[in-house]
Formats: sequence, C-alpha cells, structure tokens
Amino acid sequence: MLHLTSWMTTLPIMVIGMVSIVLVIGVIVLAVMLLNKLTSRK
Amino acid sequence: MDFWNAFASLFSNFGNLTWQMVVMWGIGALLIYLAIAKKMEPSLLLPMGFGAILVNLPLSGAITQGDTVGPISALFEAGMSNELFPLLLFIGIGAMIDFGPLLEKPWLMLFGAAAQFGIFFTLFLAGFFFDLKDAASIAVIGAADGPTAIFVANVLHSQYLGAIMVAAYSYMALVPIVQPPVIKLLTTQKERRIRMPYQKGSVSQLTKILFPIVVTIIAGFVAPASVALVGFLMFGNLLRECGVLNTLSETAQNILANLITIVLGLTVAGQMTADKFVRPDTLLILALGLVAFVFDTAGGVLFAKLVNLFLPEGKKLNPMIGAAGISAFPMSGRVVNKLGLEEDNQNFLLMYSISVNVSGQIASVIAGGLLLTLLS
Repeated sequence: MLHLTSWMTTLPIMVIGMVSIVLVIGVIVLAVMLLNKLTSRK
Repeated sequence: MDFWNAFASLFSNFGNLTWQMVVMWGIGALLIYLAIAKKMEPSLLLPMGFGAILVNLPLSGAITQGDTVGPISALFEAGMSNELFPLLLFIGIGAMIDFGPLLEKPWLMLFGAAAQFGIFFTLFLAGFFFDLKDAASIAVIGAADGPTAIFVANVLHSQYLGAIMVAAYSYMALVPIVQPPVIKLLTTQKERRIRMPYQKGSVSQLTKILFPIVVTIIAGFVAPASVALVGFLMFGNLLRECGVLNTLSETAQNILANLITIVLGLTVAGQMTADKFVRPDTLLILALGLVAFVFDTAGGVLFAKLVNLFLPEGKKLNPMIGAAGISAFPMSGRVVNKLGLEEDNQNFLLMYSISVNVSGQIASVIAGGLLLTLLS
C-alpha cells in the first residue's frame, strides 16, 4: 500500500535532518579549530 | 512396526520444509560465497550466511520454537534487543580509528555531513512504502555503518532488521562497484584531475584526547537518544589516544571487536527466518538501500562542487573527495584515491579521501541519532 501523503511528514524531517547534521558537524569543526588553536605549540 | 515408525519419524521433519526455507539456504550460500570467494565483508557475511542456513532448517533448535528457547534467540535478547552488541562493537571501532589527519584539517568533516544526504532522501522515498519507523530504519542503511543501522532499527522496533542488515553490509562491501559510476556521472574529467597537494599539519596529543570528549558532549546535546552510540565510539577512541591504556585499546580493537563480530553476525541471522525475509518487501528494502548509497555519494560530490564555486582557481577541491564522506571505511577513501589515479597517475588523494571517510564515521552516527531524535 502506498502512503501518498507521507511526504508531508518525511519532507520536513529530511530538511531539518540535513540542516541539523551540517550544523552539528559545523559546531564540531569550530570546536576542533579552537582546540587546535589553544593546544598548538608556539 | 515400531521399528519402522521410529525410523520414519527421523525423517518426518522433511514435511516441515518450505520453499521459502530453501530460498534462504540459497541466500545463506550466496553470502558465504561472497565472503569467501569475493572477500566481501567476510567477518560478517560468513556468520550471517551460515546463520541464515542454521535458522531456516525446519523446527531449527537454534531459534526459539514454542516454549524452547534457542541460543540465537537468547543471544538476540541478551545483546541486540538492548543494542548492547552494536555498542560494544563501537568501542572497538573507535579504538581503531586515527582521527589525527582529520583533526589537522577539520573542515573536511563537512563532507562527511553532506554525504549523509542519502539517509534523509531515502527516508523521504521509503515513507511512500513503509510506515515512518520502518522507513527511518531502512534509510539508515545509507549510514554505510552496520552497528548504527542495527542500533536505529532496534530502537525503532523495525520488523525488517534482517533485510536491513543484509543490505547494509552487502552495499558496504559493494562500495567499489556502486560509487564509481555515480562519481563519474556527476563530475567532468577535468574535475577528476584536480590535484590536491597534501601538506602535513600538526595536532597536539591534548587535542586528540579532548576531541572524543567534545564530540560526545556536542552530539549528546543535539541527539540525546543516540548519545550511547556516539559515546561508545568516542570512548573507544579515547582508549586509543589517552596513551596510558594501550593494552585495553588493543583488546578493544582486536579481541572485543572480533568476539562481538562473531556473535553479531549469527544473531542478525536469527532475524533472517524465511517468514520474515522471503517477501517482496525485502527486494524493496534492497533497492532503497542502493538508493541511499547512491544519494550519499551524490550528496558528497555535489557539496564539493558547490564549495568549488566559491574557491579561486588553483585552490579548487577535487569533488571526488566528497564521495568518501560515507562511513564505509576505508573502502570509500580508497575508491576515490583509485579514481584519481586512473585519471592522472600523479593525483594522490588518499590523505584527503581517508580523512573525509573517517569524518563519515562520526557524521553517520550523528545522523542516526538525529533521526531517532526527530522521530521520538
């Protein structure tokens, strides 16, 4: 059986999911850059 | 007369054989063949293949029949229904991964994020055929990461765990076949020839030690449902990097990972009984798994091409490295490097592609956690 209206639920999840993963990874990237800066030897 | 009745009763079980069971023997034999002859993920496909035959014998005592508890069913209850096995395996995987090169160039992690597109696109597609929780479980095949797929499918109580596992591990092994056509379709020869000279940077040991802790905290805030998944992976990595627990790190990488792998394959096979596996849904799940891998690859490559629009000539990235953002480690990184060398025998992309590949490990776990959070 096809769930023709499923896109109304799954499309927002797809968009929110992709935006969220980019944001979370972005925060991790910034955190690592900060760590590198704080712990690098002069 | 009693003698003949007793003798005949030895063979009465043949009457319980169904054609679906025979199909499962064929699938089990195929998995064993792929594991041995083609060396495709042998550590998992072989136990799964043998287990598929074992549990599909009529009235098999390996799985629970009526009131008699079978050992594989017991293993499932002990280690899969509570996600313990995939989590323990993650300690081993975390201990195996060297995040050093990635930490030198942390921006490469963004490709790991982009290459999770297949998961979310497949959720959108699978939603037309399955209910939301099964659709999400199927979509996580695109994580290209067996333990994450098991974890998410289990938490969401998917009825398709066996098919999802077979698809996840089969496509991971098929990365060298699945990815190149997609990469070539989305890139020009000129783009594939872009060289990316690697300059080694330096990362302090303190950063390597703090990294798993920081990632766990950040991921835990955003996707608390999956914090165990990220946490166990990062704990394994902390064992590796702390420098004072080398024996534990080696145990996690070898003995723990091997032990769990043995029981994991057999336990998953417990879900591959004919009544659960031989149905049209399985073919659909295999097809959707392929879609997930294709769109993961496309997501990574297209993101790299997008970034290139903003980079000056001479600083452009080889968009193929984006394809390595899936979690299938190290196959995907190697595939990208091989494709680069095919176009130009001096185009070495391995350091970049492997770093992106490692970032895919983190991103896929976080993507699985985000799905759980969004669906809860």
